[in-house]
Amino acid sequence: MSFGVNTFLFALMPLIGAAAALFRKGVTVLMPGKIVITLVVASGCMATLNSVHSAESGTTSWGIWLYVVTLAGLMWEVMGFWSRVETQLNKKTGIVINLLVPLLFGGMLLYLWEMLTIGFEVPQVLLPAPSLIGVAFANSLEMLWADFQQTFLKAVLAGFFMGCVSGIVVAVLVDKVPFLQRGLLPLGNLASALPIVGVAPIMVMWFGFDWQSKAAVVVMMTFFPMLVNTLTGLKSTDRMELDLMHSYAADYWQMLLKVRLPNALPFIFNALKINSTLALIGAIVAEFFGTPIVGMGFRISTEIGRMNVDVVWASIAVAALSGSLFYALLAFLERQFTGWHPSFRVS
Amino acid sequence: MNWLRTSSFFSIAAVLAFTTVIWYGAAVYLNSDVLIDKYDRKKIEWNFSKLVEDSWAMKRPVMPAPHQIMLDMKKSIFGYKISSKRSLVYHGWVTISSTLVGFAMGAVLGILLAVGIVHVSTLNKSVLPWIIASQTIPILAIAPMVIVVLGAIGVTGLLPKAIISAYLCFFPIAIGMVKGLRSPDPMHLDLMKTYNASKSQTFYKLRWPTSTPFLFASFKVSIAISLVGAIVGELPAGARAGLGARLLTGSYYGQTVQIWSALFVASIIAGSFVYLMTVMENRVQKRMGVQA
Repeated sequence: MSFGVNTFLFALMPLIGAAAALFRKGVTVLMPGKIVITLVVASGCMATLNSVHSAESGTTSWGIWLYVVTLAGLMWEVMGFWSRVETQLNKKTGIVINLLVPLLFGGMLLYLWEMLTIGFEVPQVLLPAPSLIGVAFANSLEMLWADFQQTFLKAVLAGFFMGCVSGIVVAVLVDKVPFLQRGLLPLGNLASALPIVGVAPIMVMWFGFDWQSKAAVVVMMTFFPMLVNTLTGLKSTDRMELDLMHSYAADYWQMLLKVRLPNALPFIFNALKINSTLALIGAIVAEFFGTPIVGMGFRISTEIGRMNVDVVWASIAVAALSGSLFYALLAFLERQFTGWHPSFRVS
Repeated sequence: MNWLRTSSFFSIAAVLAFTTVIWYGAAVYLNSDVLIDKYDRKKIEWNFSKLVEDSWAMKRPVMPAPHQIMLDMKKSIFGYKISSKRSLVYHGWVTISSTLVGFAMGAVLGILLAVGIVHVSTLNKSVLPWIIASQTIPILAIAPMVIVVLGAIGVTGLLPKAIISAYLCFFPIAIGMVKGLRSPDPMHLDLMKTYNASKSQTFYKLRWPTSTPFLFASFKVSIAISLVGAIVGELPAGARAGLGARLLTGSYYGQTVQIWSALFVASIIAGSFVYLMTVMENRVQKRMGVQA
């Protein structure tokens, strides 16, 4: 095992940091102390990563794992003192800290994953290290982009749009007829509990192998949550507000557009957020039943068959990233459009 | 006649009847292309009533009529011994067992996580955002991966599917229970403090009982998605048994009726699970003295 002198120095740093924190309890009270300790622990992580990567196979000794366990404990402490910071006083630091702690946690998971898979030489077929997944990701960017276009830009977006719009439109129509409402609401609730992904083979049979069949599955999956949520939202308007509109001599459309739909917006956004994950799941699962030779579901199911697990993980990373970004976008829009809602008020 | 218009039973029945009528119509419409093509090739005289009759009795229809599905269900549920590979009871049981095991695992994991999140502030700040982010990832896409990888290290059969179900259903339970365990009135918490109650006493005597409505609400959601997880988990594993396998073989061999009957059985299972949860909820609430 040949670590450079640098590695050794970096590995020494968290020990110094820990000693400082132990013997002078005040160190982590102030912001600079916290930042220094965090950086020091991070440098220790880098050092262990470096040594594990440069070590020849089978030569990593148990001492390094002892060190890693201590490091993990230190990181837990670091997250602990960051999360105890009072975030209500300053809005900006609050946002930074609320982002920092989960990032530290995610970083720790990635670090342990990398350490364990490299250090214990886990076969790549079982679980490739994050760095290898990153390499696979960079090498097959073009292919992943084509998959993304096929699955996300075509199937998911088209299906999501059609399913959600038709859900809202049907909800507004049904809302006019109380009879239909009583009949459809329980059935709609039931339908959102049903395993609708199961229609995927049927849709593939009807609409062919291309993205249209996937969009159809997405429409089926997103329609009912939207219908049920919009109906509940339309009903949520206060009696008083409706009476007020009535006294203004507002007609049905004015009431709908000015009071009832805005009041239903939180519910609609809730359904949009639920649907964003459902849509991706629907499209990917539908691809298991037959696709042209492109698409995220296709990639996952064929590359796993060829045991190219790193490409599979890269595909999963794409799916995860696009899913999270889609969700984040919807959450952002929700803030923009329903900022008036009590749930966003800072208590 | 006013009771007719206000009774929800009647409205549901009307909507269902309407759907059935549309279904029969759609079956004729969707099957007509294939049938007319066949008539032309075989030079058979046909009129509309023959078309309708035939489209409701095709062997491999594009869209089967409801009674065909019912007949197939009856045949495959009661027609074979329940240990037979053709019996839907057999396939249904395979799916139900992994659903239940997965649900139990997910419930335990979700509740433990929620307890941790409520009591440890570091967990609250660091893990909670990731739990939410984990659900924006299409977990079902990883299903084949999990199955194959676990199969490679020798874990096969029920457990991999159950793990997928557990992964799907721990989330609503964790989120619901975090909300539920935090739902006690601040006054009640203060009261516990004046009694000098320990953390565990507060948990068992106040937090846990207050969270039961949340627990059951999330149970209802997650048992349904646990079933979805089990079905999807059956797709990649070579599809030997289970409702997912029925879907897959049905789609390979163009057996639409088989797909639909598997779907119906899956829906019935989902519906009865949710119903069972509601019954349990009512029981528990009654024991706890909540007036309905």
